[in-house]
Amino acid sequence: MVRKIKSKKRTSSSTKDLTIHFMPYSEIAHDNTIEKIKKILGIVLQNKIIILQGRLKPEEETKLIENTMTLIGNIKGFQGIEIATLSNDSEHRGLFENIRRNIARILVGERDVITIIGPASIVKEIKKNPKKIELMLRRR
Amino acid sequence: MVIRIIRSFAKRIFSAILRRKGKIKLGFYGPPNVGKTSLANRICQDWLGEDLGEVSRIPHETRKVQFKEKVLIEKNGKKIEFTLIDTPGIATKVDFENFMKFGMKKKEAQRRAKEATQGIIEAIKWLDDMDAVIVVLDATTNPYSQVNITIIGNLVARKIPVLIVGNKIDLKRANIKKIEAAFPEYDVVGISAKTGKNMDEFYESLFKLVKKAK
Repeated sequence: MVRKIKSKKRTSSSTKDLTIHFMPYSEIAHDNTIEKIKKILGIVLQNKIIILQGRLKPEEETKLIENTMTLIGNIKGFQGIEIATLSNDSEHRGLFENIRRNIARILVGERDVITIIGPASIVKEIKKNPKKIELMLRRR
Repeated sequence: MVIRIIRSFAKRIFSAILRRKGKIKLGFYGPPNVGKTSLANRICQDWLGEDLGEVSRIPHETRKVQFKEKVLIEKNGKKIEFTLIDTPGIATKVDFENFMKFGMKKKEAQRRAKEATQGIIEAIKWLDDMDAVIVVLDATTNPYSQVNITIIGNLVARKIPVLIVGNKIDLKRANIKKIEAAFPEYDVVGISAKTGKNMDEFYESLFKLVKKAK
């Protein structure tokens, strides 16, 4: 009986600890690569999961990985990040729709994409297939 | 800043010299434990009779970029000389406690983790210097990982030709169709670096890849 109560308490405290930070595209739209990465890692290091409207460029993603690797071992308990992007890229569209989407991307960025970034100490794994993302969290 | 410019200039000159001599710098990229070194070893064994590097079931066995020069591959009467560049597996996280599950002591595991993180940074830095890249994936796992997408996206942005290799097709769980569906714009070859299965098709695709690099 005592055990049951203890486990209930633990569940409720770990639920409290989990913070999801929604980052609208406008928050990083005018930042350069270094500023974007600083912002993202700053939030991740607070043990928060970011849901970013939009995506990083491939070069920015590699810079994010490089910076993450530099932090592992230098910040206690930091094991790295989990990241996944969900978009409609795999869908087959007509020529007109593709042109429309490309113009929209140039004008306002990729807002029909979401990127999830979280600390590996909290996000155990992100299971992804083309149309869905499953976040597997660690029990703490 | 000045050192970085000099280093980049020197790398460019080195690349230009190698290319003029008809040598292709072929990089092996991918996540850890997919069989990059196993494939590089298979190629080296096929054409030189020796290995390039050590392999292990423990992730991040390759923690430094390693080379094998003057690998002369012949296919259908054509010969091409390669410099094979095997890179550490790219990951977004490295946890030393995972290495301890393989029986490593804490200090050894921590050292391996530190070297692994440095290896990942080194692998990323080398992306600019490749003439063509083989992206090796494990055909038994989900190909939609962000690391795979990031590596391929970076190669495309740098206009470096890519061949995707689905390794471990000797295993029952292997699913090459899933990799093809995930990356429909790229050539995908399924092989087993361990058994040598489908290596003929791999060399065929490698020669096609080289044409794009020239």
